[in-house]
Parts: sequence; C-alpha cells; structure tokens
Amino acid sequence: MRDAATQTIQKSGADILIESLKEQGVEMIFGYPGGAVLPIYDALYKNPIRHVLARHEQGAIHAAEGYARVSGKAGVVLATSGPGATNLVTGIADAMLDSLPLVVFTGQVATTVIGTDAFQEADIVSITQPITKHNYQVKNVEDLPRIIKEAFYIASTGRPGPVVVDIPKNIATGMSSAQVSEEVRLPGYQPTTNPNYLQIQKAVQVLAEAKRPLILAGAGVLAAKATSELVAFAEKYQIPVTNTLLGLGGIPGDHDLFLGMAGMHGTYTANTAICECDVLMNIGARFDDRLTGNLADFAPNAKVIHIDIDPAEIGKNVPTDIPIVADAQKALIALLEQPITGPDTTQWLQKLTHNKNSYPLQYSTANKQGILPQQAVQLIHRLTGGDAVITTDVGQHQMWTAQYYKFNNPHNWVTSGGLGTMGFGFPAAIGAQLAKPDEKVVAIVGDAGFQMTLQELSLLQELRLPVKVVIMNNQSLGMVRQWQETFYEERYSQSLLHVQPDFVKLAQAYEIDAYKVETLEDAEEVFRKAFESNEPALIDCRVLQLENVYPMVAPGKGLSEMIGVISK
Amino acid sequence: MKRIITTTVINQSGVLNRVTGLLMKRQFNIESISVGPTEQAGISKMTFVVNVEDERKLEQLLKQLQKQIDVLKVNDITDKAMVMRELALIKVVSSPAVRSEIYSITEPFRAAVIDMSKNVTTFQVTGEPEKIDALVDLLKPYGIKELTRSGVSAFVRETQKAPAPQQLSIL
Ligand SMILES: Cc1ncc(C[n+]2csc(CCOP(=O)(O)OP(=O)(O)O)c2C)c(N)n1
Repeated sequence: MRDAATQTIQKSGADILIESLKEQGVEMIFGYPGGAVLPIYDALYKNPIRHVLARHEQGAIHAAEGYARVSGKAGVVLATSGPGATNLVTGIADAMLDSLPLVVFTGQVATTVIGTDAFQEADIVSITQPITKHNYQVKNVEDLPRIIKEAFYIASTGRPGPVVVDIPKNIATGMSSAQVSEEVRLPGYQPTTNPNYLQIQKAVQVLAEAKRPLILAGAGVLAAKATSELVAFAEKYQIPVTNTLLGLGGIPGDHDLFLGMAGMHGTYTANTAICECDVLMNIGARFDDRLTGNLADFAPNAKVIHIDIDPAEIGKNVPTDIPIVADAQKALIALLEQPITGPDTTQWLQKLTHNKNSYPLQYSTANKQGILPQQAVQLIHRLTGGDAVITTDVGQHQMWTAQYYKFNNPHNWVTSGGLGTMGFGFPAAIGAQLAKPDEKVVAIVGDAGFQMTLQELSLLQELRLPVKVVIMNNQSLGMVRQWQETFYEERYSQSLLHVQPDFVKLAQAYEIDAYKVETLEDAEEVFRKAFESNEPALIDCRVLQLENVYPMVAPGKGLSEMIGVISK
Repeated sequence: MKRIITTTVINQSGVLNRVTGLLMKRQFNIESISVGPTEQAGISKMTFVVNVEDERKLEQLLKQLQKQIDVLKVNDITDKAMVMRELALIKVVSSPAVRSEIYSITEPFRAAVIDMSKNVTTFQVTGEPEKIDALVDLLKPYGIKELTRSGVSAFVRETQKAPAPQQLSIL
C-alpha cells in the first residue's frame, strides 16, 4: 500500500535485536562472529554497542559470567551456530548451577534448512534445554522483540539463570515492523518475592527459643543484595554466620560473628557449628553436597529454616521445618521488623570463639622451602586490603583463596562453584574488570586450569585491562593429585605436569608484562609492583607441588568427620 | 508409589521435550504420558503416570514441573475423585473357529471391533488401565499380534467426595 499514514518502518531482525538490547540497557556484548550471525554483526557495525571479542566462545561466556557476577546485571553473549553455540555449553551449565543471569544469543541456520544437518547446524535448543532456565528459538521476526524482553526478564528475576535465544539466519535478515516495547506476559512464571507472614512468625518463634542458632548464608544473599540486612540481623540477635563457597563476602571476612566457610574445605568451627546447632537458618544456599557432606550427619539436631526464592530448592536435599519462599532481602527485612526477645547465645558464642582460637585455619612451614600457596594468597590479601575483586579457577588454589582471602565486600568474589569449571577464572576476571574498571581485579588460577582458556591473553592484550593473573604453579593438577595421594595411595595417574610452557615468555608473546617468583620475598616485591601498575600483568608464582588443602571432609563422610584439623 | 499428575502447559514447540527432559534429568520414571490440546487455544494438557519413592520426591517433582516457564498449572490428582481413561488397540489372532469365543470375552469390556480380516480382528477398548490390563491378559492366549496403548488421560471430577487432601507445604 502506498498510503503514507499506514506505512510502518520495516527493520531487519538483526536491527531489532540491537535496538532491543539498547532498550534493555545492555552496555556490552561478549561474543565471536560466524556465518549464521553475520547479519547481527553487520547491524552491530552500523549501530555500535560495545562488543568484546574473546578468542574462544568459552572465554566469551565466562567473561560474561564475571561481568554478571560483579555488576549484578545480565551478561550478554553472542555466538554463531553449530560450533560457536556448542563452545558455549560449559559456560551455560556453569551459569545455571551458580544462578548467574545471562542472555545468550546463538545464530542458527535458516529455518528452511533446520533439521537437514545443514552446514554448522546443531540443535542448540535441545542441547541447552537441561542447562538453561529457559530457552527459545525464534520462528518469526515479529516475535523477536517480545522474546528478547522475556529472555532478559527471566534471566534476571526470581532465581537468576541463563536464557538462550537461538536466532536462525533468515530471521536476522527478515524484515518486520514489530515494535520493541511490549509488556512481558508470562502467566507460567511468577516468582514469589515477598515472604509469607505466618512463616516469618514461625521462624521468629523458633529463633527466640534457640540456644545454638546458626545462619548459613549462600550466594542468594549476594544476588538479593541483602548483605547489610544479613549483618544487621546477625548482629541484632548475636547469631553466628557461616558461608557457602559462593556466599563468601556476604558478611565481612573478619567479622566477629563469622565462622569461616562451611563444607568440604570449610573451617572446623563452621562445620562443627552445623553439627551442633539447634536452629539452622539457611538463607539463599542450596544445600549442595560439597557443603553438606553426608546428609545423614548434617545438622542432625537442628530445626531448619530455609529461605530461598526458588521453592524447588526447599526440601530438595535437606528436610525443612520452616520454608520461606522469598527474596533474601525481603525475608530479612521482614524478620528484622519482628520483635524478638532472645535468643541468648552468649554461651554458644563463647564456645565458637574458643573453637575459632583453638582450631584456626593454619599450615605448617616446617621443613618446607619455597612459597606455600596459602602464603601467596595471604600476601595478595594483605597487599590488596581484602578489597580486590578476586576470581579463581577450580582446584586447590580456589579452596586456599576461599580460606585465606578474607572478603570484605559482597561483590568481589567470582568463582565457579556448582560446576567447578577449570578455565573459568581468567576470562571471568576480564569480564569483572570490564564491569568494574576502577577496581583491582586479580585472577588466581592453577597452572592447569589457566591452560584451558589462556588464549584470552590476546583479549587482555587488546583491551589493556589492568587484570593481574597469578598462576599458582604447582606443576600439577593439584586437587586431582591431592585426591590421588589421599584416596588412591599416591598413584599419580595423569596429574603431574612434566611439561609446562614458559608462562613468562608466553605472556610476553602477547605483550603482557610477566614475572616468575620463587621466594616469598620476591613475591612480595613483584606483587606489590604489579598491583600498583595500571597495566595487565602475569605472575608465574612457583608454589610447593605437594602442599594439600586442609582441613577436609572426605567424600561420603559427614561434617563431623573432618581430617587434617590441627589445634593451635 | 504411583501418582497421576496433570500439567497445563502453553503449547510452544518443544514443551513436551522440555517436560520429559526435566523428568529424565531429575531421574523420575515416567510410566505413561499423554498430551493433547485443551478447550483453550494454545493450551495443552499432559497427563503423566509416574512412580515416585516418597512424599519428598513427589513434592520435588511437582515443584520442578511448576518451575518451567511454559507450565501454567501442576496437579497431583491421584487422591481426588477423577476420571481416568486410556485407549488401547489390540490386534488378536482370531480364526473363524474361535471368533465368537473372543467376542464373548471382549463384550463385557465394551471393546469395539474396528478392523477385521480373515484371521485377525482389531479391537478398540477404553477404560482405566487396570481394565485394559485385564482384557489384554484374557486375549493373550489367542495370540496378540499387535498392541498399542495411548497412555492415561485424566482430570478431576466436578464434585469431590471429601475435601481434597492436604496440599503439600509450598506450591
Ligand atoms: C573442565 C574441567 N576438567 C576437569 C576438572 C577436574 N579437576 C578439578 S581440579 C583439577 C586440577 C586443577 O589443577 P590446577 O588448575 O593446576 O589447579 P590446582 O588444583 O593445582 O590449584 C581438575 C583436573 C575440572 N574441574 N574441570
């Protein structure tokens, strides 16, 4: 029709996508181009939103996770169909298990050839269905604005998680006059955020009568930005607090009421407190098996209060006496508004303080030459004042960092907890630094895990972000080696790295300043210098190969059966 | 314990896959499943028969289903007054000599003959799964050439005898 009044502007799917992203306030995209997403890259060229070109899709998605974790906003990822999309799978699963908000756009072959094993076709919707909060394949250009809006809404509300949007190439090039703004209408998705008043009162009653109450705070507290409420509540009623691995930073690491991390490599004080408490108040943790150990032995005498935004987490692993489905912040505010008399925790706290003093985290330096990894973490802590954003990979260095870096701030701890993804730490640090350009970001990685995504040195070189990469180089797959030492009679099957690249030369090839340190004195000097610089740096920190992470709850054992606990 | 669960879902492509995939991921064993459109456009209903160990597993199953974005409603209707039907098509060897004998068996079950050839008769029967089991058992000795069952479809009756059993803690 030629009638100008009724003529609407036609836009391509790719342009609609970019506009929708702008409307969502997206400031950067982590991605990698390819045939199926060329129309989208072309739209980006014309209409720039910052695009960060990782050197591998796994690097892109872990960077997006790091960004999401410290910014609290959804990370946005773009990859091509087939191999591009499948390279994202690990990161998607990682974000799912750690409840990180991601919106992942994958290209797809044209709808006309979907299902014919076309070039670079992979059924990414089916592949990612069990590891996403939700996913879509766009079948009509008209649906694109609505789907994008829904994807961001789903990813970042309720319990956050990854959402995949698969866009066939002809949808990206297809023309439509669909408008960007549309209300989100998802009748099947209505997360409960306000706590039930009666359940709050019940929790209050149980707490008032408690003699040995304990708060277990997980990453839900961080996601809900409820850390000040958590601290206020714990202080008001003098209830001790322990954290899950991902919950670290929910209460300052040096707070009097903080018992340290709980779980497999948790502190003696925290784990025995779980065994002895009479009320366990779980806020935003999911009772993961690395936390609980053998369930039969977990909090055997406790009434369990469980606050979680995801109703399916409540009762999943541990029977719950008082379920509270709510946003952690809203639940804590509701609890703080209730007048409680009691509990009297004086004796309980005395005992816990005694335990803290008698069984602190410690390591022995006797007869050991060279840098102990624990010392390296403590050094990083001292030089950064506990305020740096710390990312880690997975393995021994991760546990030592969790144990010895006392986190002061809620948003400075980025690690792969649920999936335990090696290769996560370094790209996550780049994403974190992009989100917080003014903060000090240190990636503490293992020599093995670093080699899984070290190609992102090229991205670091390009961006010149002041990320510091500290390789805890024990020339082994340390955590695997530790398990083989402990549970497989020192049969070190495939866990010792006899051949290593020269990490310093490697970094230099990428034009990144690099240092190797072998003594604590050198380490102090080099770390200090590197941390003060505004340039990227890599430090190959040679640490003792045979050092082990203790204390430990052996797999299958209960929290009361820790090994490697030494009294002061 | 055997539970009958109905879910109302938005009929997006892949929703069946999503729901059965979820059950597989969480290690729930589906005994039967049937899906079809409802009276509302764009809305489908699934009926599952599932074997779960205990109440906690059941609660987890219902919550996980409820969590799906495309799932509007989840109901465990096992303990309610309900109607439940399954359809079976049974092809039985039936030489002329035994044909009337077979008819006398199928008649009380109100099975209908829907196809016939010289030595084979195909019956259609609807009813609760136990009724179909019983008919199949009776026909087995004659030789069942082929059997297909639709899976259970069910919903609650308009009037319930007793108040519905106590709801699970938080749904
Ligand atoms: C992708 C992946 N593959 C394998 C593992 C199993 N795994 C856990 S820790 C570890 C060893 C890690 O070694 P390194 O990166 O050097 O760190 P360290 O334990 O020595 O600190 C391995 C192989 C894993 N977590 N992730």
